[in-house]
Amino acid sequence: MWVLRGLRNGVLTTRWPARPDQYAQDSRGPAVVAARQPANADRLPGLCPTGAIAAAGGSVSLDQGRCIQCGRCVRARPEVFAWSAGPASAALIRPGLIVPDLAGLPGLPGLPGRPGRPESPESLAAVSEQLRARTRALRRSVHLRHVDAGSDGTEEWEILALLNPVYDVHRLGIFLTASPRHADVLLVTGAGARGMTEPLRRAYEAMPHPKIVIAVGTDAVGGGLISPSYATTAGVAATVPVDVWVPGSPPTPFAILYALLLALGRLPGADPAGRDAAAPARPAPGPPGPDAAAPGPPPPGPSAPSAAGAQR
Amino acid sequence: MPAAASAEVVADVPALWAELISEVAAGARFAGLFGTARPGQLLLSAHLARPAGIATLEAALPAAAASYPALTPLLGAAFWYEREIADLFGVVPAGHPRLEPLILPLTGPLVLPLTDPLAGPLTGPRPPRPRPGMPGGPAIAEPDPRALPRHVVGPGMFTIPHGPVRSGVVESIEYLVETPGEDIPHLNMRVFYKHRGIEKRFEQLRAADGVLLAERTEGIASVAHALAYCHALERMAGVQPPRPAALIRVLHAELERLACHLDVAVRLADAAGLAVATARFGWHKEQVLRLVGRLCGSRFGRGVVIPGGVSALPAVSPGDLLAAVGRLDREVTSDAAALMGTASFLDRLRRTGPLPPQRAREHGALGPVGKASGFADDARLARPYDAYPSLGLRPAAPRRGGDALARLRVRWDEVAQSFQLLRQVADELSGAAGGPLSAACDPVDGRAVGWAEAPQGEVLYDVRIEGGQLTRCRPRSASFHNLVLMHEVFAGDILTDFPFIEASFGLSLAGVAG
Repeated sequence: MWVLRGLRNGVLTTRWPARPDQYAQDSRGPAVVAARQPANADRLPGLCPTGAIAAAGGSVSLDQGRCIQCGRCVRARPEVFAWSAGPASAALIRPGLIVPDLAGLPGLPGLPGRPGRPESPESLAAVSEQLRARTRALRRSVHLRHVDAGSDGTEEWEILALLNPVYDVHRLGIFLTASPRHADVLLVTGAGARGMTEPLRRAYEAMPHPKIVIAVGTDAVGGGLISPSYATTAGVAATVPVDVWVPGSPPTPFAILYALLLALGRLPGADPAGRDAAAPARPAPGPPGPDAAAPGPPPPGPSAPSAAGAQR
Repeated sequence: MPAAASAEVVADVPALWAELISEVAAGARFAGLFGTARPGQLLLSAHLARPAGIATLEAALPAAAASYPALTPLLGAAFWYEREIADLFGVVPAGHPRLEPLILPLTGPLVLPLTDPLAGPLTGPRPPRPRPGMPGGPAIAEPDPRALPRHVVGPGMFTIPHGPVRSGVVESIEYLVETPGEDIPHLNMRVFYKHRGIEKRFEQLRAADGVLLAERTEGIASVAHALAYCHALERMAGVQPPRPAALIRVLHAELERLACHLDVAVRLADAAGLAVATARFGWHKEQVLRLVGRLCGSRFGRGVVIPGGVSALPAVSPGDLLAAVGRLDREVTSDAAALMGTASFLDRLRRTGPLPPQRAREHGALGPVGKASGFADDARLARPYDAYPSLGLRPAAPRRGGDALARLRVRWDEVAQSFQLLRQVADELSGAAGGPLSAACDPVDGRAVGWAEAPQGEVLYDVRIEGGQLTRCRPRSASFHNLVLMHEVFAGDILTDFPFIEASFGLSLAGVAG
């Protein structure tokens, strides 16, 4: 009986990334900056409850690794901020989540190591190449282990969704495994609860080499709205070395899948240059209504690495 | 300190307990016991659910008191609440039957003089208690498992530590299954692993920002938490959301209920090894999340509920919404009927994890867990809010089995109700004449309790605001109230029943650990 039911709706599974997927293209990502030199730039940082927005010298930038997608900036200043759309929100380096990556902008709070100049394409390519070298051996059989380090519960749902018939990651040779000893990739969610520090570290150490860590969600990337808190480490990077950073509160299943394929170097037409390898997060089509009247400027200029290669 | 307008102040703690017990004996439901640190004192606030609303009784522990007579021996439902108070404030509920750390194990003396942690002279080592309600607090509180007791095991008995990193994609908790081999005579739960310090974090936020953290307190019930928080603010400000906003709130709350109940179906079908059923319900759940995403941009309905109303109209026309709901209803109902006709599946659920009706009533079990044991206190019916009073929600026929099967049946009842409500909302929205979507709701100083019926049961928020700033916010999820009942439902069940029982409770641990 169940077999017949299983056939009832035909094939539901997406063919993404080999074929485009409308839902993947339309789903909302973190906020982006659509105007680089807005009026009253110094007032913009106050819009953000998590301090993701920074302004200096009349220019504004947004750290998607802190964006909890509350939409306050987009609602208050639609001529400056917009929603990104599409799954390509992950980055291989933490500063890669800052859009646009402006030269000479002082480091954002919480990012002490950020250099004062944009990441050069060469150094990003080096990071990407190192990751590629580690993941080459995994080929088309990749086992994932998930550890919750203080999530709000939504990231687990979105990771589990990868197993439902729509995403069905088994078709890509990606499987979830129960034991960290069988795992190649560690998906870590949550703001880094201190109670999970030791279990997370032990799960990471139990994994065989090569191993990849993906921080899934804004909470895992930098603590999101949960930090600062006496009970968290403001992101999981304090405990395990993160290879791929996925913003979102929570990230969509497609965004998580994109991050996995990015880590594995398996995005079609991948140019080993981090998030700009495939479709970058682009501003969503303007919302209907009064906002549509204001012509949104094009995506950040060509000097921003995140927009390089926006040809998909 | 502004007067706690909505609370009835009682002379001292024994008098508070006496009044609480007599109220519960008279039919009120114990809904929670929270602490609030104030300079030189600890306020204990007990909440009672009555048909008219949530009543709050309050008593202050005098300065320098390091303990108080425990409520738990008189009222078992306070078991975890008092352990949480001991963790957060360092006071001892004297006579508590099992005073172990629950959400924050810290080594060092538990007994502390209740002086102001910033001003008072302190001697000796002092564990960094967070003390919600008091300004300041520890920068870091590193949980120390050495504070947890070791359990003695007898000959032939052993403890299976299950967690905090468990198989599957699940939230972190450690179950200590004490077993002689196959039966589960006793289960312990350690929920502290994912404690995030949410209550103290609220105190760093403006009242208008609190709703964002409420949405992240228990993510799979984002809408219900946002509603309960906003109801508290709206009660303080004396504001009612406009009619379209009330409808949109119901729309998102019921879609959230669908998603959560379908998630339980996925987990149960998966535990039974029904691959096709798992895939079918997983697909239905994905469809619900996609519909929510199309309506508001977030697959979890985040950003919709704001103090005073909602942020925007749904981005889907009422006609399309009606069609989508109708399609989902047909598919889910058909697959649910098939699932409830699959004998091998029902065998695993029948008489699994039974919660006796008497215990459900004593504890005030919330949501589907309570309803399945004949104790129904649905906030949408008993203390209705937003558009529920006018939508004609009727209580479903009572269920009494108390087992995992009854809990699933209750969920299907609720799914049918949700589809009915969604149709009504879509109908009414299509005729709505526009107008504002929110009433001005500037934070007003004071204190109020807000509630909403999450898919897991009633969510309760006890909120205080001073000068537009949150000075205390205690979110109490249904998961926190219900999870403790997992201690009691393993009568005669064996290890392989564990996933069914856990899934049938349908709780989120983010809402438990805080």
